[in-house]
Amino acid sequence: MNILVFIKQVPDTTEIKIDPVTNTLIRQGVPSIVNTFDTYALETAAKLKDADPSIKIVVATMGPEQAKEALKTCLSVGADKAYLVSDKAFAGSDTLATSYVLSCVAKEIAKREGCEFDLIFCGKQAIDGDTAQVGPELAEHLNYPQITYALEVAVENGSVKCRRETEDGYEVLSATLPAVVTVTKTAYEPRYASVKSKMAANRAVIPVLTAADFEIDTNLSGLKGSPTKVKKTFVPQKKKGGIKLQEETGVIAAEKLAAMLSEAGII
Amino acid sequence: MSENKNLWVFIEVLNGSAKSVGLELLGPGRRMTDAMGEKLVAVVIGTGAEAAVKSAVAYGADQVIFVEGPDYNEYSTEAYTYAMEQLVKKYKPATILVGATSKGRDMGPRLAARLKTGLTADCTGLDINPENGVVTWTRPAFGGNLMAQIECPETRPQIGTVRPGVFKRGTPDNARTAEIIKENIPVPAGTVRTTLVEKIMEAAEGAVKLEEAEVIVSGGRGLGKPENFSLVKALADVLGGVVGASRAAVDAGWISHAHQVGQTGKTVGPKLYIACGISGAIQHLAGMSGSDCIIAINRDPDAPIFDVANYGIVGDVKEVLPALTEAIKKLKA
Ligand SMILES: Cc1cc2nc3c(=O)[nH]c(=O)nc-3n(C[C@H](O)[C@H](O)[C@H](O)COP(=O)(O)OP(=O)(O)OC[C@H]3O[C@@H](n4cnc5c(N)ncnc54)[C@H](O)[C@@H]3O)c2cc1C
Ligand SMILES: Nc1ncnc2c1ncn2[C@@H]1O[C@H](COP(=O)(O)O)[C@@H](O)[C@H]1O
Repeated sequence: MNILVFIKQVPDTTEIKIDPVTNTLIRQGVPSIVNTFDTYALETAAKLKDADPSIKIVVATMGPEQAKEALKTCLSVGADKAYLVSDKAFAGSDTLATSYVLSCVAKEIAKREGCEFDLIFCGKQAIDGDTAQVGPELAEHLNYPQITYALEVAVENGSVKCRRETEDGYEVLSATLPAVVTVTKTAYEPRYASVKSKMAANRAVIPVLTAADFEIDTNLSGLKGSPTKVKKTFVPQKKKGGIKLQEETGVIAAEKLAAMLSEAGII
Repeated sequence: MSENKNLWVFIEVLNGSAKSVGLELLGPGRRMTDAMGEKLVAVVIGTGAEAAVKSAVAYGADQVIFVEGPDYNEYSTEAYTYAMEQLVKKYKPATILVGATSKGRDMGPRLAARLKTGLTADCTGLDINPENGVVTWTRPAFGGNLMAQIECPETRPQIGTVRPGVFKRGTPDNARTAEIIKENIPVPAGTVRTTLVEKIMEAAEGAVKLEEAEVIVSGGRGLGKPENFSLVKALADVLGGVVGASRAAVDAGWISHAHQVGQTGKTVGPKLYIACGISGAIQHLAGMSGSDCIIAINRDPDAPIFDVANYGIVGDVKEVLPALTEAIKKLKA
């Protein structure tokens, strides 16, 4: 059993501020983190490895050189090996192009590691783009079955069984291996790095794969390979604040509000 | 691409009936097809889904493509994607709208990748250029801090998912009629590699109705302790509403994730949303700012939730909530 986890380095969206003059995102000083959902995916892989230490966990990301930091974080909390995929030919990829590159990368890493990956994990979605598309699109490129929004993952006799979150509750799905699983927020939290594991991660050598290093059609990656184009971005308009009641007691305020709501026909 | 025409709405089926989001999408679908002078087509896949077909017609579809058969008794990524792929190849639509539900967001990207076309997720705005039929998809990014407008100029069909509650359902006209095309698409053996082992509906909790609720009373960390959700529940009960929550309350284990509203929870669009002890983080706002009327109760006068609230009370939830419940009870009596 081996698991490949695709992770993405993202800006911490809780720290993002908008420049009031230019109306653009201020990225400066915003910390980069491993996408929250990917940390749950990695922890899910690490838990499977806790139970079966023969499992190898490889993490990989497509991104700039700086994304090595995110990979090191992953190495300190359970990953055995990390790959960075970086090339100008991949810049500006939308989800279709990204998932295509990742599908080629998955094959290449399997070759280099001399093993098959029975499971490929992704986060449910990246918190910057929020699309939740890369996982299923990757599964399609690889022609693997997929299970999305997994809360729990178990492997039993040649198949993967997941508890999956839906609007209406849960469902339990099983899929034949190899499979792609996207992981949502789990009941458990990712483990912490120890001083020792951090030091080891810092020393680790992270191979960088460029377009020349593996089989890929660069017409299908980057801006060229992306059917969707971002035309414009803008800052959402804030709804104007309404009536704010601050009374001597909450009871008075509540009664006033009830009267206002009734008058306005809201209740 | 020029030969592709008409706009499709994928109508998701639950227990034979149409899920609300599909019917909601027939509204903007109508507007866009009218602009193009094309047909609005509803696609219904499922077994025993005649009720869903009927609703699609009542809510404005000009044509319904209805795929039935034992392969479609339960949703599976691979069977449904296969059916959609066959239909797209046969009928060549220009645009497909899919509800951004756990099924829609599972099937949409799989289908887009198979058709090698663009998909825009979780749109909040839809516009079409009548000259060339290119849709401008507007969607939030960076947790709602930024909006992006996305287009898919070359490949067809162009596909988008839209969260439930973003568009309001129109008024059904049960007298409407439409052409119903039945398609029989048997799924080749070996296509489906997943098995549904178990399905657990959380209907008892009432949380299921969050996206379709007209009134939602939500509690956050400001409630202080799980027991205080009873105050939230009491207010929801007098208003005939349901209980929602912020992520902080869910993470604290006070209430189940099914109640969570926001970026990683549900997107809701009720007539009335009451936020109790919720600060109004951008990720929470991302899920509820489309509500018609927002009321905030928070003891911090500077809490960002007040920026989006139509009415606000600066005060302690423990005091305000029971008083508000009582006052409304009296008014209703
Ligand atoms: C990737 C990501 C996704 C996220 N997704 C979501 C999501 O889907 N939904 C979501 O809600 N959050 C989400 N969050 C979390 C979000 O950033 C906030 O942390 C969360 O919404 C805060 O919840 P809260 O308002 O209940 O708690 P707090 O921010 O702690 O606010 C509590 C509020 O209660 C008030 N208060 C305290 N005591 C009282 C009292 N006695 N009476 C009245 N008021 C009182 C305080 O003044 C304060 O404003 C996400 C975060 C990330 C990073
Ligand atoms: N550039 C990338 N490199 C590696 N993995 C990625 C990348 N982009 C997305 N992913 C994976 O796909 C998941 C979904 O991303 P998204 O579709 O962008 O919301 C993420 O949680 C990651 O696991």
